[in-house]
Amino acid sequence: MKEIVKKNWLNFIIIAAFAAFTALSFYLGFSPGENIFTDHFYSFFKEMILFLPLMFILIGLGDIWINRDKVEKHIGKDSGFKGIVLVIFLSMAQVGPLYGAFPVTYLLWKKGASIRNIFIYIGAFCTIKIPMITFEIGFLGWKFSLLRTLFTLPIIIIIGILMEKLWKNKSFEVKQP
Amino acid sequence: MEILTIIAVVAIIVSFIANRNKTWAGIKKGLVMFLKILPAILSVLILISIVLSLLPNELILKHLGEEAGITGFVFAAIAGSVALLPGFIAYPLSGMLVKTGVSYPVIAVFITTLMMVGVMTLPIEIKFFGMRISLIRNTLYFFGALLIGFFIGLFYL
Repeated sequence: MKEIVKKNWLNFIIIAAFAAFTALSFYLGFSPGENIFTDHFYSFFKEMILFLPLMFILIGLGDIWINRDKVEKHIGKDSGFKGIVLVIFLSMAQVGPLYGAFPVTYLLWKKGASIRNIFIYIGAFCTIKIPMITFEIGFLGWKFSLLRTLFTLPIIIIIGILMEKLWKNKSFEVKQP
Repeated sequence: MEILTIIAVVAIIVSFIANRNKTWAGIKKGLVMFLKILPAILSVLILISIVLSLLPNELILKHLGEEAGITGFVFAAIAGSVALLPGFIAYPLSGMLVKTGVSYPVIAVFITTLMMVGVMTLPIEIKFFGMRISLIRNTLYFFGALLIGFFIGLFYL
């Protein structure tokens, strides 16, 4: 607990200041202050507080049960093209915002996934998740979604390969927060 | 969301049947990680809320429309990089922007940068990857997003 406070003192100041500001806004009926809380903060918070604890529980369970050798074999350093396809399918089945992808990459890295596949995972996660694509088709149409997916795939694979080249002989690490 | 809940519940039950102690250890490990990252996420959400409430939608529209020209693309790329909107807000907003006259290429740049670049979430990303990797990833994805927007644009000329 002490460690959490020490590492996050700035965040705690922001949170405390915002809590005080919001409480004061409601007390005095200051409507811009009330709007920041109800229209923006609360809607984000609601999404996050339901989704993230479950996500982290799954990661904790994954950490305990998943066998490193298997992960390394399928999406590790020598996994090649099949590894890329596997990672893309894995990320397409995910839900949630970008910051939900980082804890998963921590797990993948710890279990031996390659640098390339970690970044392909992030790329595919933020651009071609299936739940999001269905939403996109609804609002922007088939043509747009199809074109975007088609151009996005090669670019995230290229960036993944690039990131691996950049960190090939350097110390690469995904830290536990 | 419902899917995630179902997956999590099933995973916990299966894990619990297989090994009770391992399951508790896993759940505890996950929740400790969650508590460690929670302060950073809360303060990011607070900052986003403040910025979003200062930037009304009409202002965004004015700078993304046809008459904005190339600056429309620049503005879309910056807005997309900085903003953090969940899909259920971003897509209806984009659909609305298209109806009011913003072109598909501009929307493509906005959507791709929105999804791939996270300036506001950098403090969270840095906790996992460190400063250097996070900055390089976001820079590469920024240009990648512009490129994707450009290619999509070719099909809407």
